[in-house]
Amino acid sequence: MNLERALLELIGTEEIEELELENVKVDVDELIFEIKRAAMAYQLAQAKQLPVSRTEEKKEVYAYTPPVKTYKGSVAEVCLGATKADGGTRGKVVKIGGQSTLYRFEGGHKNKPIVSFDVFDIPMPSFPKSLREFWGDVWEDPADWAKRAVKLGSEVVTLHLISTDPRIKDTPPKEAAKTLEDVLQAVDVPLIVGGSGNPDKDPMVFEKVAEAAEGEMLLIASANLDLDYKKVVDAAVKYKHNVLSFTSMNITDQQTLNRLLFDAGLPKERLVQDPTTGALGYGLDYTYSIIERLKQNALKGDELLQNPVFCGVTNAWAAREAWMNEPSWGPREYRGPLWEILTAITVINAGADGMMMLHPKAVKTVKNLLAAASGEDEGDGELRYEDWLGGV
Amino acid sequence: MAKISPLQIYKFLPGTNCLECGESSCMAFASALIERKKKIDACVPLMEKKEYAEKKEKLIDLLTPPVKEITIGNVVIGGEEVMYRHDLTYFNPTAFFIDVDDSMPRESLIEKVEKVRNFKITRIGQELTLDGIAIRSKTDDPTKFGETVLSIYENYYMPFILCSYNPEILEVGLEIAAERKPLLYAATRDNWEAVADLALKHGCPVVASSPGDIQGLADLVQNLSDNGIKDIVLDIGSYPGGKQFYEMNENLAILRRLAIEEREKLFGYPILGVPMVAWMKEKDAVKATMKEATLAAVQLLRYCDALILHSPETWSLLPLLTLRQNIYTDPRVPISVEAGARVIGSPDENSPVLLTSNFALTYYTVEGDLQSSKVSCYLLVVDTEGLAVEVAMAGNKLTAAGVKEALEEAKLLEKVNHKKLIIPGRAARISGEIEEETGWEVIVGPIDSSRIGGFLEEKWGV
Repeated sequence: MNLERALLELIGTEEIEELELENVKVDVDELIFEIKRAAMAYQLAQAKQLPVSRTEEKKEVYAYTPPVKTYKGSVAEVCLGATKADGGTRGKVVKIGGQSTLYRFEGGHKNKPIVSFDVFDIPMPSFPKSLREFWGDVWEDPADWAKRAVKLGSEVVTLHLISTDPRIKDTPPKEAAKTLEDVLQAVDVPLIVGGSGNPDKDPMVFEKVAEAAEGEMLLIASANLDLDYKKVVDAAVKYKHNVLSFTSMNITDQQTLNRLLFDAGLPKERLVQDPTTGALGYGLDYTYSIIERLKQNALKGDELLQNPVFCGVTNAWAAREAWMNEPSWGPREYRGPLWEILTAITVINAGADGMMMLHPKAVKTVKNLLAAASGEDEGDGELRYEDWLGGV
Repeated sequence: MAKISPLQIYKFLPGTNCLECGESSCMAFASALIERKKKIDACVPLMEKKEYAEKKEKLIDLLTPPVKEITIGNVVIGGEEVMYRHDLTYFNPTAFFIDVDDSMPRESLIEKVEKVRNFKITRIGQELTLDGIAIRSKTDDPTKFGETVLSIYENYYMPFILCSYNPEILEVGLEIAAERKPLLYAATRDNWEAVADLALKHGCPVVASSPGDIQGLADLVQNLSDNGIKDIVLDIGSYPGGKQFYEMNENLAILRRLAIEEREKLFGYPILGVPMVAWMKEKDAVKATMKEATLAAVQLLRYCDALILHSPETWSLLPLLTLRQNIYTDPRVPISVEAGARVIGSPDENSPVLLTSNFALTYYTVEGDLQSSKVSCYLLVVDTEGLAVEVAMAGNKLTAAGVKEALEEAKLLEKVNHKKLIIPGRAARISGEIEEETGWEVIVGPIDSSRIGGFLEEKWGV
């Protein structure tokens, strides 16, 4: 028999307490020798195995799972516009907000951010050159302007009734409401209606506008802490509209105003927030962090901030780098739209749900990006990333 | 991630208040460490005394940011501690590398590198510049790559990225430029052993590239670090559109969340973006530059610590560098300047009085424009609660009453012998109200302060 192997097997079995050898004639010395040898061989074998098992214990192989989190709160979904079935005349409605997670990969994003062109109720000769080119021939008539905006991809149109400002034309509220009716006739997308920013006049304008567009679920832009917000809320509630809650880059003000509007009777799913958008290079960093905080606090459960965010990306054109003819900065016809695009990308990344914009090329780029970012765009075939070394 | 408090750090300091570090106490030193104003080795006792060895080790561990700092040549990337800038601040701005390749004729190669080196635009007192050159092996020919690297290496002292999947080509580049510590692009699942050898031999940081595959990236980083590589940069692939863009956009957030919030060390490295992939399917240079800038902005906002761009056009780099300046501005620094009258140049009693808001960016822009137009004047800064003029107008923070208060407080009537106030063009709406309220004559200035020089010359004769 192979004594060594037999012993090895026996020693290797932990249950053994006693070793009995029967019918085996061996010399004692030989037996001792064999046992020692076998024991050594066994230890050696164990030693060889041990480091392997130790490393396996120490170094767990990393297995990737997406870091999905759960959130206490969620953002209200706000519906802009109303179809015939809901008491309006719009061709379709547009929904914004409604997130229950911070990131899209976490599964809680049902809507993608939207883009709205700005339309003004008077010509805007002060526009930078690259904007005059696109709008100069339609700005005499807001209805024509709105039609072109829709043609160029505006999912919602924003009509700014700035001529109502006593210091501009002091257009009476009734006349302003007529302008709105013209635009409602001209296009069938949902509308955002802005005032002039005059705190005394705006509530009066909004009252008439709300009445004239009863049931259309406009977004009235805007209520703020400096005007008679109750009047604005009353009109919105009575005639079925949404309200934009506008503050100046201050989270506490945003909470305060939202609470005041809710207390005045505005339902939660009828409020959209606008914390003010600074242009790229001119305060965009504050806007960025404020929107990030609004969205994160909403998901953490702050019930006063759980509403979609709308941004006046158009403000990008206030930056001199967007419009100034400065040869050392390169041609402004490219620089300007890119200034607006980058302002938009920044607020989108922070969590904005909608943007007012002005340059058609910027809008096209941003809409393509939004489609891709929401996984809706198939693109023009797969790209083999590795090919960039030889492919450019 | 929760911020580290000074108290947490203090526990690992000697606590003797020996002042050797130059701070007023150990607690003050702890704060300085958090602010990154001081480095840990400024604490001499901690570094030298054996009794503190354990504390020192723990403190180093505590202070090591979840995203490792990596140095490429002399540019530092990574080192970030938070996902969101409002939680603390971001530290090392995304580094911009401009692409050149080994098929370029020498003349255009030098022209492009010159442009990168000389690029400089001053915005609000800061110089916006580019960080380095990415040298790409397009031909896959070691000789050509060597020539290209050499002609840049000999003439320009700038940080490099050497780009090829072929270890032999990377080696040729390293033989020339290794002492500048270039970043090696890239180790992949197929070539990592050879590239790791090169990185170790020359002590260079290396990109771990695993397009679209986070598990693959983890395995690759694991292999690299098992082989002694410490300085790694992550590459999850760059895509300008389609479903691949969607995945990239989410993956970038996932990588940083895993590194910072989940403290997964395999992803605790800076991330590289290659927005120049936008050029792969776009022949038109303007359209390609536009797409590249769009992708670069997305990647900059989604945690990329270094970018490789193809276009050297100012019209696209200026917006991108401005975005970088915005995002990497420390949010803890106040956004407003003090209200009151500022003296520009050497004004006398006939000098003009101009008005602006106390929003820091507005103030510095106006001040810069006044200085460059060499006008002597008084600049009256009104408290608009830190808002720019247009925003302040919309929010009723720039009012006639506020202007009156500012004029009186600054005692301007003791300084000038006239009552003429130049207000920003964007505040034109309230010019009448200001006149009524203050009794000063109001002159509406230009919409943008860049035109202030010509305006004053015309209206004031200065």
